[in-house]
Amino acid sequence: MKTFKIGGVHPAENKLSASSPIREAALPKQAIFSMFQHIGAPAKPVVQKGDEVKVGTLLAEAGGFVSAPIHSSVSGKVTKVDVALDASGTRRTAIYVDVVGDEWEESIDRSSTLIELSDRPDLDSKTIVEKIKNAGIVGMGGATFPCHVKLSPPPGSKAECVIINAVECEPYLTADHRLMLEHPEEILVGLQLIMKAVDVKKGYIGIENNKPDAIALMTEKAKGYEGIEVVPLKVKYPQGGEKQLIDAVIGRQVPAPPAIPINVGAVVQNVGTAFAIYQAVMKNKPLIDRIITVTGKSVKQPSNLLARLGTPFQQLIDECGGLPEDTGKIIGGGPMMGKALLNLDIPMTKGSSGLLIMNDMEARRVEPQPCIRCAKCVSACPMGLEPYLLSKMSAKEDWEGAEKNDVVSCIECGSCQFTCPSNRPLLDMIRVGKSTVMGIIRSRAAK
Amino acid sequence: MNVILIAVLVLGLIGLASAVILFVVSHKFAVHEDPRIAQVGEVLPQANCGGCGYPGCSGFAAACVKAADEGSLEGKLCPVGGQPVMEQVASILGMSVELGAPKVAVVRCNGTCENRPRLAQFDGAKSCRVQQMTGMGETGCGYGCLGCGDCVSKCQFDALQMNPETGLPEVNEEKCTACGACSKACPRGIIEIRLKGPKGRRVVVLCNNKDKGAIANKACKASCIGCGKCVKTCEKFEAITLENNLAYIDAEKCKMCRKCEEACPKGAIHGFNFPPKKEKPATAEQQVEQNV
Repeated sequence: MKTFKIGGVHPAENKLSASSPIREAALPKQAIFSMFQHIGAPAKPVVQKGDEVKVGTLLAEAGGFVSAPIHSSVSGKVTKVDVALDASGTRRTAIYVDVVGDEWEESIDRSSTLIELSDRPDLDSKTIVEKIKNAGIVGMGGATFPCHVKLSPPPGSKAECVIINAVECEPYLTADHRLMLEHPEEILVGLQLIMKAVDVKKGYIGIENNKPDAIALMTEKAKGYEGIEVVPLKVKYPQGGEKQLIDAVIGRQVPAPPAIPINVGAVVQNVGTAFAIYQAVMKNKPLIDRIITVTGKSVKQPSNLLARLGTPFQQLIDECGGLPEDTGKIIGGGPMMGKALLNLDIPMTKGSSGLLIMNDMEARRVEPQPCIRCAKCVSACPMGLEPYLLSKMSAKEDWEGAEKNDVVSCIECGSCQFTCPSNRPLLDMIRVGKSTVMGIIRSRAAK
Repeated sequence: MNVILIAVLVLGLIGLASAVILFVVSHKFAVHEDPRIAQVGEVLPQANCGGCGYPGCSGFAAACVKAADEGSLEGKLCPVGGQPVMEQVASILGMSVELGAPKVAVVRCNGTCENRPRLAQFDGAKSCRVQQMTGMGETGCGYGCLGCGDCVSKCQFDALQMNPETGLPEVNEEKCTACGACSKACPRGIIEIRLKGPKGRRVVVLCNNKDKGAIANKACKASCIGCGKCVKTCEKFEAITLENNLAYIDAEKCKMCRKCEEACPKGAIHGFNFPPKKEKPATAEQQVEQNV
């Protein structure tokens, strides 16, 4: 079975919510929309205090090419444009909307009838990308890179295939798994739309084989769609990393930055993104909701919720049986790459794929011991780096050395820290090094 | 016998030739270093802290000699050695030296455990830089001291210590040389190298919070909320400016009247090294207030 070649680890899967069907979360009383729901320039608010909005009304326009607009996910009244604490742990500009009723913009098609690509012969590549751009769709796997940018290849590069990332290699998370089981056709049409947008004939869906039901169902349904192939993959973290997935599915390696996947002819999109693209293009629905896994060993009812963006995390936890007493840490995202949250008033955003409640024992970090030079981190690193060295260089502020040893290639997957027998905080230090070196490179380029 | 003689002769000739080559080369390619650089280097503290702005003490010594050749030592200061060392440097170079007022590191945060409640617990690598990457850190203040002591570990003069009770670094003014290493190490830029002031007296806003008043107020009992009362009391001297919801006292303009300290509703302004205040008899108005 296929997988990527270098490194990787296999953490306990803990997919507690895999058999719990997606259910709709209740509307929040107040929704908060951060202007930083994507990588790139922040969105610019276009509404003011007192404005009435409906579901799907534009709240903020894109702040540049690498940026995305933000739409209201609720109907009601804008109470203020202020700052709000978000999942990054900082206070940033956000729009507050008090919810009244649930009134949708008329242009949105809320029916569940499936619209095939063949039903819409008028769609061409430009229209599709334009619709995706206006719907504010970003990478839903968690990286939140604006989707239309990936679908507009730079001049001189040509895509050869589209890969749908349905790996969901993070432990605990099951949002993508449930989406495939419940909306397979929509995902396939979404993939067709992406293929049409970048003008390729070949599409792959990479699924890890810990989801045999999803593999079977998608393979069955894909038979009706030309050029789409489901690729079962061996379970290994971080297979959901873009570069690892390309290696696993088509066996090509993306060179070190500034090279991007399109340089090897691949366009990778998350399965949630494909679903959102289907809804945006065929149903005119901007990105206003997403599926989020709320899970944890002590959670009463681990669930997959279809929740509106801007809903405070507290409410999502209440829907799953409330906050357990032995809570140690609450992680936004999965346990490997997610970030601990400061409080539960933080609203969910386009990139919130999961909410993991760790109990006290799980959350505790073990006291780090000296490095014993076992090189486990080196063999675990999926990018072929030397984490022990990079971490040391960051601690000693040797930025030149860190740059020479390719710290910017680090994808921050955490495999090194996970595998370290001395419990050293390798990734903590490497992140500092990576951000500093990237700052140095940027300032050098500006000169 | 013959063999030995030949060997001695050959080796002797090779040695002679090499000696000539070495002699010629050492004269031809000799690097002339100004002997004064070494002399100046000897009187410098050799801490290589970089506080002077040059790469180590030898770099500073070279810069001093160059500056002396150009006619003035102005702007050259070894913050560690201070006046005595600079006088020695000047006498070696045959110059006179005028020093700026001495400076000291000031930790502009008063978010003690008591003033600033801990809302979260950070358990990553014990480093301020790492904690800064997680966003706000342990408290509701995104600008205050993170408390992991990056500044303490950078101090070469043992002038900074973490106070376990307050969770803040404390500057030992006797030992502090104002080299600025702590200031550079702090990811939040809390530590300022500031004029020490006459008799070490100075008035400082001990806060770095640029949030709006309501948020800053909630985060910390001793935060600057940007109300501007201090600016009004200082209208005469214009020493206080308010920018991004944060007051700043210009040490050069400050007349040490300490009126701003009294005016601050949050007690964010502190006077250092002033003698304890005498209790003033209560005015008639205050007496009325007390009675009410």
